[in-house]
Amino acid sequence: MNRALRPLVATTAIFILAYMAAILQFPNMLSTRVIGNLLTDNAFLGIAAVGMTFVIISGGIDLSVGAVIGFTTVLNAILIMWVGLHPFAAFAISLIIAAAFGAVMGAAIHYLKVPAFIVTLAGMFLARGGASVLSPDSIGIKHDLYTSISKSYILLPGGGRLTIIAMIMLAVFAAGIILAHRTRFGSYVYALGGNETSAALMGVPVARTTILIYTLSSTLAGLAGIVFSLYTSAGYSLSALGVELDAIAAVVIGGTLLTGGYGFVAGTFIGVMLQGLVQTYIVFDGTLSSWWTKIVIGALLFMFILLQRLVFSASTPTRNVFWKT
Amino acid sequence: MADTARPVVQARGIVKVFGQHRALDSVDFEVRAGEVHALLGENGAGKSTLIKILTGAYQPDGGEVLLDGAPVQFTDPLHAQSHGIGTVYQEVNLLPNRSVAENLFLGHQPTRFGIVQRKQIYAQARELLATYGLEIDVKAELGSYSVAVQQIVAIARAVMLSGKVLVLDEPTASLDHNEVKKMFEVVERLKARGLGIIFITHFLDQVFAISDRITILRNGQLVGTKDLNQVSATDVVRMMLGKDLAFHQQVVGAAESVQGPKQVEFKSMGRAGRVAPFSLSLHEGEVVGVAGLLGSGRTEMARLMFGVDPADSGEVTVGGKSVSIRNPAQAVAAGFGFCPEDRKLDGIFADLSVRENIIIALQAKLGWFRALNHDEQIEVAGRYAEALDIRAANHDMPVKLLSGGNQQKVILARWLAIDPSFLILDEPTRGIDVGAHAEIVRTINRLREEGLALLVISSELDEVVAYSNRVVVMRDRAMVAELHGADIAPSVIVAAIAENTAATGGTA
Repeated sequence: MNRALRPLVATTAIFILAYMAAILQFPNMLSTRVIGNLLTDNAFLGIAAVGMTFVIISGGIDLSVGAVIGFTTVLNAILIMWVGLHPFAAFAISLIIAAAFGAVMGAAIHYLKVPAFIVTLAGMFLARGGASVLSPDSIGIKHDLYTSISKSYILLPGGGRLTIIAMIMLAVFAAGIILAHRTRFGSYVYALGGNETSAALMGVPVARTTILIYTLSSTLAGLAGIVFSLYTSAGYSLSALGVELDAIAAVVIGGTLLTGGYGFVAGTFIGVMLQGLVQTYIVFDGTLSSWWTKIVIGALLFMFILLQRLVFSASTPTRNVFWKT
Repeated sequence: MADTARPVVQARGIVKVFGQHRALDSVDFEVRAGEVHALLGENGAGKSTLIKILTGAYQPDGGEVLLDGAPVQFTDPLHAQSHGIGTVYQEVNLLPNRSVAENLFLGHQPTRFGIVQRKQIYAQARELLATYGLEIDVKAELGSYSVAVQQIVAIARAVMLSGKVLVLDEPTASLDHNEVKKMFEVVERLKARGLGIIFITHFLDQVFAISDRITILRNGQLVGTKDLNQVSATDVVRMMLGKDLAFHQQVVGAAESVQGPKQVEFKSMGRAGRVAPFSLSLHEGEVVGVAGLLGSGRTEMARLMFGVDPADSGEVTVGGKSVSIRNPAQAVAAGFGFCPEDRKLDGIFADLSVRENIIIALQAKLGWFRALNHDEQIEVAGRYAEALDIRAANHDMPVKLLSGGNQQKVILARWLAIDPSFLILDEPTRGIDVGAHAEIVRTINRLREEGLALLVISSELDEVVAYSNRVVVMRDRAMVAELHGADIAPSVIVAAIAENTAATGGTA
């Protein structure tokens, strides 16, 4: 088996086992209602985590994701409630601003040769600070579109609801999978994560690819912000605090190597779902503090980093070669 | 045959200057279609600079590069590749984390509506590698294959994207015997297809096994281009190492000078895969020269002596007492000093000042709790800078601003400051201008007179002869000869180095 697949298989197995264990204790957890809620509640995190997957596969990191989500919710709320724009116009403006923000960060990382950690940390402060300057208080969003979106869903057999924002997340994952594994851009992302010098010598447009990766991440963070404002019907500068770290955790638990070069977008989906499952379990239990989620995620993360160490530091098996003479 | 074939790439009068150092001085070079042209020379001879100019990584300061007779100016290696010149480097510059097929086609994958056509790539990759005699799972990670397979994948990619000239930069350095044979089969096939192949290596037997012509560089200058069947291994070694042997001036004194008591003794020191066990003792006031080609084990021997790589056999005695040398700190404690081969990489702290570079080994020897104060530092640095005639505007300027010769003297001063009993110099005259050579040689002679034991590794036979009381010859990672007295002459040294090569060269 391809060794890069091993962490992904492990995550999937853990998710299935954990879900089965939860069902044994709370049989009600086996229902499309729970699954539908799992998708809806984690939609914004999933969308942001897709972008984060590309960033981490390329060997980078994006700490600005949560702040961009927060900024977008505030910007949306202001454009809709104060300026009076139609939500679709507000969405377009938010996405363009988020994309430009990511492009500037990507350009700074590439051209100024500053580590992504520092550039996106600066981006995080800028976006979070900017959001607070726009409006320090929470702004409620009241608009027909918001009402109708939150009322629309596909009814699943068993009474579960597949909401619009859950469908947006699933669509983003599907697009992300194709982009990562079936396009030239995707192969460039893996190439950068493998070895940037080799990639450049092989003709990978390093500057363009780097800028596009961070543009993608910020745009998806902007989309996550729109989804978050649909989910909460509000814009608040302090929303989605620390979501970048949840996204990084989901990516790593999903089998992407934190040092870049290996990973799967589909794995990130399971990483997000695993986090959601732990939260759901705690809700069902009712007595545990919700902070237990963090402890479980921390333990999982630590376990997966160890697992990756073991898988990738073990000497590579050399394959047999048939030489024709 | 090759003699009548047209040249594909020509370099005419290439000049490349780095700072004050002329890395290439009006060098001519050409490759014809369907020939393997070996490019030889010791480190610093200008091989890699010439290759970088041919492949567009550097721009020449003078002269011109012609492709199929027309002048060209390549902006970077990709540009050269698109014009037909492909390069495969010693360390494979591919992506070990991606599949073999993706490594072959990255950036050129066939797509439909932006979606990469995987099946097509896999089929094409299998087909392509079959023409190189390689049947492997092209979907597997490249990193899961041996270096030899990775090299051939790299060659296949380079040839597919270029197609006229293939530059092989030490492709066999990390391959075993069978893999080298496979690699040569591939090279033969490409030659038959009419590619011009530039082959860079420091293994002479491989040169004789596969090349049609050789070009030899020394100190940035063209020594000559010869058809291989017109030269012997001895000729090649002489062209690489010697200046003009007929002219070699008799150096007085060195071989006959008085020796003191035994200072350091190495008994059957060795490390598997690096250096075969050797025994060598050095006396006070003696210089032992080490001669041998690149890759002969000469640098490895020095690293073993200084504990950079721990030895897995043998023992060391210093002044009659047995000592353990497992790391450089122990070597320094035993009174050893080591000026390594690549001073930019291993020796100089480029951004630190001359003074700091000189006192750093002394400070390390004194330890944490006996810091040299500012006045002491100035005194120590001043004393040795004066003794070695280090020319710097002041001792607070960064050492990287000094010339190569002065940088070398700064490293020498650093080790002299700890008052060593045994000093190892690896290529002390490499990459410094010719005028400074004589000065380094004078310095070595003076240190010997002051009673130091020195081991000096050098590719410059004239210099080895000029300062050595004894010369040991390294070949194939083993000490093969020890020359005394009248035997210390360039012709004898060249014969000792070439001996084995000539034998295998004939059979290969």
